Amino acid sequence: MPKVTVDGTEIEVPNGATVLQACEMAGKEIPRFCYHERLSIAGNCRMCLVEVKPGPPKPQASCALPATEGQEIRTDSAMVKAAREGVMEFLLINHPLDCPICDQGGECDLQDQSMMYGRGGTRYNENKRAVTHKYMGPLIKTIMTRCIHCTRCVRFSEEVAGVDEIGALYRGEDMQITTYLERAASHELSANVIDLCPVGALTSRPYAYEARPWELKKTLGIDVSDAMGTNIRVDSRGREVLRVLPRNNDDVNEEWISDKARYQIDGLLRRRLDRVWIRREGKLQPASWDEAFAAIAATNPGASVAAVAGDLLDCETMFAAKRLLGALGSTLIESRQTGLSYPADNLAAVAFNSTFAGIEETDAVLVIGSHLRWEAPLLNVRLRKAARRGAKIFLIGPHWETTYPAEFLGEDAQLLHSLPDHVASAMQGAARPAIIVGAGGLAVGALHPALALGAGWNLTREGWNGFNVVHMAAARMGALMLGFAQAGGVADFARAAPKVLISLGADELDHAPFAQSLKVYIGHHGDRGAAAADIILPGSAFTEKPGTYVNMEGRVQFADQSVFAPGDAREDWTILRALADALGVSVGFDSFDQLRAAMIAEVPALGQAGLAQYGALPSADTSVRAEGRIAYPIKDFYLTNPIARASVVMQRCSAELLHGEIEAEAAE
Amino acid sequence: MLADKDRIFTNLYGFQDWHLAGAQARGDWDDTKALIARGQEAIIDELKESGLRGRGGAGFPTGLKWSFMPKESPKDAQGNSRPSFLVINADESEPGSCKDREILRHDPHKLIEGALVAGFAMRARAAYIYIRGEYIREAENLFAAVAEAYDAGLLGKNAAGSGFDFDVFVHRGAGAYICGEETAMIESLEGKKGQPRLKPPFPAGAGLYGCPTTVNNVESIAVVPTILRRGAVWFSSFGREGNKGTKLFQISGHVEKPCVVEEAMSIPFRELIETHCGGIRGGWDNLLAVIPGGSSVPLVPAAEIMDCPMDFDGLKALGSGLGTAAVIVMDKSTDIVRAISRLSYFYKHESCGQCTPCREGTGWMWRMMERLRVGDATVAEIDMLYGVTKQVEGHTICALGDAAAWPIQGLIKHFRPELERRIAEREAGDVREAAE
Repeated sequence: MPKVTVDGTEIEVPNGATVLQACEMAGKEIPRFCYHERLSIAGNCRMCLVEVKPGPPKPQASCALPATEGQEIRTDSAMVKAAREGVMEFLLINHPLDCPICDQGGECDLQDQSMMYGRGGTRYNENKRAVTHKYMGPLIKTIMTRCIHCTRCVRFSEEVAGVDEIGALYRGEDMQITTYLERAASHELSANVIDLCPVGALTSRPYAYEARPWELKKTLGIDVSDAMGTNIRVDSRGREVLRVLPRNNDDVNEEWISDKARYQIDGLLRRRLDRVWIRREGKLQPASWDEAFAAIAATNPGASVAAVAGDLLDCETMFAAKRLLGALGSTLIESRQTGLSYPADNLAAVAFNSTFAGIEETDAVLVIGSHLRWEAPLLNVRLRKAARRGAKIFLIGPHWETTYPAEFLGEDAQLLHSLPDHVASAMQGAARPAIIVGAGGLAVGALHPALALGAGWNLTREGWNGFNVVHMAAARMGALMLGFAQAGGVADFARAAPKVLISLGADELDHAPFAQSLKVYIGHHGDRGAAAADIILPGSAFTEKPGTYVNMEGRVQFADQSVFAPGDAREDWTILRALADALGVSVGFDSFDQLRAAMIAEVPALGQAGLAQYGALPSADTSVRAEGRIAYPIKDFYLTNPIARASVVMQRCSAELLHGEIEAEAAE
Repeated sequence: MLADKDRIFTNLYGFQDWHLAGAQARGDWDDTKALIARGQEAIIDELKESGLRGRGGAGFPTGLKWSFMPKESPKDAQGNSRPSFLVINADESEPGSCKDREILRHDPHKLIEGALVAGFAMRARAAYIYIRGEYIREAENLFAAVAEAYDAGLLGKNAAGSGFDFDVFVHRGAGAYICGEETAMIESLEGKKGQPRLKPPFPAGAGLYGCPTTVNNVESIAVVPTILRRGAVWFSSFGREGNKGTKLFQISGHVEKPCVVEEAMSIPFRELIETHCGGIRGGWDNLLAVIPGGSSVPLVPAAEIMDCPMDFDGLKALGSGLGTAAVIVMDKSTDIVRAISRLSYFYKHESCGQCTPCREGTGWMWRMMERLRVGDATVAEIDMLYGVTKQVEGHTICALGDAAAWPIQGLIKHFRPELERRIAEREAGDVREAAE
C-alpha cells in the first residue's frame, strides 16, 4: 500500500492504483476524456496531466502512471493549470461551436471541462477541420467533426463488446473514427458508445433533437427486456418516456445496457390499449369498465379461473392476481407461457447461482441451449471477460457468433449423456466450473441431466456455486417465487378448461386450447394476447407503475413509476382489485402499500433488496434423459416482447441489422 | 581526419561487392563463433567500455540498454517462458538522414552479423529488422543478404556454428515516419496501426507481443562486431569523453560536395565540412545556419556552430542535438522561414493523431508558419506561436510532439528579427496598396 502526497495531503492508496485514482481518493477532480474505468488505458487525450515528483520536469498523464511510494503529486500548480489550458485549447480549436444545436449540450464533458479548466477565449484564427458523417446504423447518429479522438468507442467495441467494428482511419489531424466500411454497428450493445462518447460525435439517432437533459424528469427503473434486471434511468417529459440510460451497478449491468432496453421505449407510445374493449359478435368493440366487469361476473366462474402471467410483469401485479384467484378458490397460476414445464419446486435449480459478477471468475463453462448474445447480452459480456482470463467455453446448441473463443459441441441434447472426453476432463479439472442452462436446454429436459453432470463435477464448492439457468423474461424469477408454476405448465390449464382465463400481458401464450374460456386480457399493448381476447382491460407498462422485479440471479430490485398510463388504462393491481369486487370476493388490500405488505408477508424475500436465498441445489434425478435437437426460442433479438414489437426503432433494427434491408435515407 | 584503417564501414560507397563473399573479404563473419563464445556478460561489458551511444538520435548508452533485458526469460500466466526479441530500427525517415540506407544496401552483412551477436548478448530468440517502405532496393539487398546468411549456416539453427539458434526476419514498413518511434514500430510489427505506446511499461519489460524487447538503430547494431573484434579501447580512442567512437555523418544542403562519411566523434564542424564536403557553397561567410542532427533538432546559427565539436554534448550545449548526425547546411540564399515551415508541414503530415497536443498542435503550428513565411501575421503572434510550441512540447506520448516544436523554437530564438521584418514589410505593403 504505497503512500503518496496529493497537494500536500498524504494518503495511502491500494497497490496497482494509478496517480489519477490516487488524486480522486484524495478528493481532487482530475479532468479526463479518454480515461474510463471499464476500458483499457489509452492516455491519448492528455487532459489528466498532473505534476509528479520524482519524475521528469514535465507534466505526466495521471491515468497511465502507477502510484508509487513517496510520490509528490500536485494538481493545483501553475504547470498543471497551463497544461490543462493548453490541452483544452487544442481540443477546442477544431471542435465546432455548435453547442446550441448539439444533442450532447448540457451533458457534455467537453462543455463542462472547458468551463472548468479552459481559457476564456480562443487564439485560433485558422480554418477549422470538418469531417464527413459516418453511417453507424439505425441507432447511432454521428457528427464526426465534433470527435476529439478519445477512442473510447473503439476500445468499447474491441474490449467489452468483443467485435472489431469501430476503428480509426488516417493519421494526424486527418484521423477519423468510423465503422468498418461504414457498415452499421450491429451487435446488441452498440448504443453504449453513445454514453461513452464524451462529446456530441456519437449521439442517439432516435432521440435526436427530442429534448434537453434539463427538461427531463429522471426516475430509477428496472429494465424488462430481458431477465438481467438491468438498472436503468428513465428520462421522461410530461407523459412521454424519451430515453432510457443505464445506471451503474457493478453486480448487474456494470454500466451498460442492451440496445433493446435502450430503444424499445418508443413502442410505449404505439399500439397502446387505452380503453376497455369487449368482443361482441366476433368483433372487439369499445366498452366501459362496468360493462366489462359485469360481463366477467356474468360467467359466474367460481373457482374455474386460470391466470397466465406475461414476461414483463412486476411481482405486485402477479401477487394481486394470485390473491384474486386464491379468493376464488383457484390455484391455476402459471408464468411459463411458451409451455415449458421444468420442475420449479426448488428455486436454486432454476436460478443463476454463480451471480453475474461471479461468472467472470469461472475457468470452464458448459452452456446448454442458450444463445447468450440474444437471451442476455450483458451476461455474454461477463462470459467474455472470463474467456479473456483463460476460461474454456463449450456450447451445446446450434451455432451462433460468439464474441470469444468457444467450442460448439453439437445440437443434439443426447450429448449431455455422452460428452467428449476433453470437455469432461476440462470441466473436471477446473477450479471454478460452471454450467449454464438456457431455455433451449430446459425445453429438451436438460435440467436434471445438467444437475447430474454438475454433481459429478462438484459444481458447488466452498464459495462457489456453478449451476446456472438463464431466463429471458423479466418476470420469471419473481413469478416462480410467487408460485406461478404448475407441474404440467400451461398444458394443464387447457385440460382444466377454466371458464375464465385471465391473461396478464401473456402475449407469447398459445390461446387456441382456451377456445371455450372467456379470455380476459389485462395488458398494455395490442399484441397477440389482445387479439385473442374476449375482454380487454387496459393496464400499465413497466414505466407506468412502481414495482418489484427479481432477475435471474434472484436479485430483488425495485422500480419507480416515471409516467402515467395513457387514456383509461390503470395500474394493473387496481384492475385486479376492482375485478375482485365485481366477482364478490375479498383480496385483502386496498392500496399499493397494503398489497406490497401482504406480498412481503407471504414471500419475505421480496421485501429485501438484494439476492434472495434459495438454499441448496436438489439432487439430480438421473432417470431423466435429455432428448431432441436443441433450438433457441428467440428468433429475432429486437422483437421479443410487445413493447419492442410496437417500436419503430426496433423494427428498423430488425429489418436492417438482422434481415439486411437497407433503408434509403431521404436526401437532406 | 579518420584514417582508412580505422573505418568500420569499408564499403560505405558500394565500390565493392555487398554479397556475402565480398563482406567476408572485408572481414565480416570472421569467426563470429569466437565472438559469441565470449559470453553475454563479456560482450555487454565490452560495449559499455567502448562508450557506444545509440546512433538513432537519443544517444542512450547501448551496452546499458542491453543490460536491461532479463537474464532469465519471464514466465506467462500458464508458466511458459516467453522469448525476448531484438528489433532493429531501419525505418530511417528523419529528413536529412541517409546513413542506414548506405549500410543496408552496401554492407548488409555487417548489420546481420551485428544482429546475431547483439541478439545473443541480450538472449533474444530472433531479430526483426523493420525497414522503411520506401527503401525498395535496399530491402531487396537486405532480403538477399539474409537469405545468403541462412544458406551459409550463419543464421538459423546453430547460427555460425556457435550452438545458438537465432533467426532474423525482415519486415517492410508502409511509409509512416512515426513507425520509427520504437513502440510505434512494435505496434506496427504486431500488425496494428502504428501509434506509440504509453511508457511505462518499457519495451525491455513488455515489448513485441508483450515480450522483452530491445529496439536499436541499424548503425548501433552494425558497429558491434567490429568493436568486439578490435576492442573497446580502439573504439573509445575516438572522440571526447562521453562521446566515443566513430560515426556516420550525413552532410546535405549548401556544401560543395554533400556526402555520407564515417568520421570520429567530436570532429569540429569546420573540419568536417572542409575535409569531406569541399567547404560551404560561397565560402564560410555565406553560411546562414545548420540543422546538425536531422529535422527534429533546433537549428544553430552560423556563428555558433563553426567551431563546435560534432557530438552529443557539444551540440546539446548549443541548445540543439546530434540526433542522427544528419547535418543540414543552409547558406544565405535559404528562405529560412520557408525551410522551417516545410519541416512543420512534415510533422503535421506525419503526426499519428493519437494524442491531442500533437494532432491538433502540428496543424496549427504549420498554418501559422505558413502565414509567418509571407509576413501575414502580427508580431504578437510570434509569441503566441512560441507559446503553442511550448504547449505541445513535453505534453505528448512520444517525442514527435517535441520534434515538431523544436525547429520552430530554434527559428524564433535565432531568427526573430527576420520574422518581424517580413511582418513589417507586408504591413508597409498593405498600406501602399490601401492608398492606391
